[in-house]
Amino acid sequence: MDWMIEVDGLVKTFGHLTAVNDVRFNVPKGQVLGFLGPNGAGKSTTMKMITGFMTPTAGTVRVAGHDVDEQPIAAKAKIGYLPEGAPAYPDMTPISFLNFIADVRGLDAAARRQRLDYVIANVHLDTVLHQPIDTLSKGFKRRVGLAQAILHDPPVLVLDEPTDGLDPNQKHEIRGLIADMAKEKAIVISTHILEEVDAVCNRAMIIAEGRIVADGTPGELESRSPFHNAVLIDCQDEGVADALEAIAGISRVETLAGGSYRAYPTNGQSIVAEVADLVKQRNWSTSRLSVEHPRLDEVFRNITRGGEQADKQGEAA
Amino acid sequence: MAATWAVFRRELKGYFSTPLAYVFIVIFLFLTGIFTFYIGSFYPRGQADLKPFFNFHPWLYLFLVPAIAMRLWAEERKSGSIELLLTLPLSLWSTVVGKYLAAWVFIGIALGLTFPMWLTVSYLGQPDHGVIVASYVGSMLMAGGYLAIGACISAATKNQVIAFVISVVACFLFTVSGAPIVLDFYASWAPQTLLDAIASFSFLTHFNAIQNGVIDLRDLIYFVSLILFWLFANLLIVDLKKAG
Repeated sequence: MDWMIEVDGLVKTFGHLTAVNDVRFNVPKGQVLGFLGPNGAGKSTTMKMITGFMTPTAGTVRVAGHDVDEQPIAAKAKIGYLPEGAPAYPDMTPISFLNFIADVRGLDAAARRQRLDYVIANVHLDTVLHQPIDTLSKGFKRRVGLAQAILHDPPVLVLDEPTDGLDPNQKHEIRGLIADMAKEKAIVISTHILEEVDAVCNRAMIIAEGRIVADGTPGELESRSPFHNAVLIDCQDEGVADALEAIAGISRVETLAGGSYRAYPTNGQSIVAEVADLVKQRNWSTSRLSVEHPRLDEVFRNITRGGEQADKQGEAA
Repeated sequence: MAATWAVFRRELKGYFSTPLAYVFIVIFLFLTGIFTFYIGSFYPRGQADLKPFFNFHPWLYLFLVPAIAMRLWAEERKSGSIELLLTLPLSLWSTVVGKYLAAWVFIGIALGLTFPMWLTVSYLGQPDHGVIVASYVGSMLMAGGYLAIGACISAATKNQVIAFVISVVACFLFTVSGAPIVLDFYASWAPQTLLDAIASFSFLTHFNAIQNGVIDLRDLIYFVSLILFWLFANLLIVDLKKAG
């Protein structure tokens, strides 16, 4: 497979602190990889090393086949990067800033006009093109940063919190834009908005304390939730918990307040049919019977907190 | 080359998109005027030359050039835009040189705007235009030296005030090592060769030589190698900070 981003054995230490610890992954064209992790987990540091802003302590990064350390200019030419906080030159206007980026990126006159039109229209910058960037709202600043990143139509996009500080409509638009570009590019975005991963990513990776602790499609990660395929049932009849527990595929039943029960499957398989059969058979009157929708943030909390505890135990030992 | 040019243009435009450029130019012209006419006794001397004007340039640059240089890198580091700049497909040299040249040209513009001085002295008498041209070139080279020192120090910090103060001190050392205040201290006991060596590191020694109207190759080499040395140090610091 043609990997667009190859990260191998990446390590970054600052003094005694290990910010990134042996991170390795590859991203092909067409993949949108979501980096998740608590603050300070090493997401931004990893991105800074992919884009060549930081030199790794150990390990290599290749972008579109170019080693970032050995052929930095060739590698950087293939990357569009939105750094954390979307820095820009505050005294410039968006149009002069984008023209500067086009100069540096070496776009010729025709390509420049076409790309500027595309970017300005799709990121909705037309109303603020001639205002100094430091007078713009946070949302517009972020969009200027995004416009700059995609201006040269790069095959690799690295976006550090692209929707941070945007209102829900703007978030929706930016996600749409990312989804539109997804087929043609390899994209890495970091976020701590977990719904974003569901919305735009086809692969999610959880990083905690500099290590990759989970890696899979958003669906796979969700299936690691304890609530995966659990069934919620509201029923005022007697003996519901016992009857549910008697079903073969159910490992345990939790009794909730107000006559609600939550049944957990043994191996994460679907149990809703069995529960429905039981209800029919016993002729219970239920006001609700639903499969729990596991949420990524539960998985996230589980995994990242678990990591902390494991580390603390390790230190104690 | 195109990339250096892009960085250069952005930087130079940047000066004029803020009040910085105008404040700097006005103050520079005002101070050169004061120094020339009041402290330098331009009229009482009764000589048609620009010696009183150029004599004060080292001392003026000592403060004004670090004021320009302090923001070159420190501001980018503070605002985070350095992350953008260093992830663009530019070689580090083209970034360092582009930024430096823009600041140098800006100082050159300020210096160029002192041309009424030249007109005045030409109107009043018959100055030696060759000497004046050489002095302008010397002044420009000296400003370039101060600027290279300041740019390098600016790359080492994200605090502009620290960059300014340290640059002034460093520039001061490079200025006074040729002044009597330092040389007299050594003169009583140090051998002449040491004295010459210390003096040869001074901007004053080389600038005064050029001010006499002859651009000696040695003076030229001094300034050019000094500038290149500090720009190289600048590049190393930026590169080392990436590994930070």
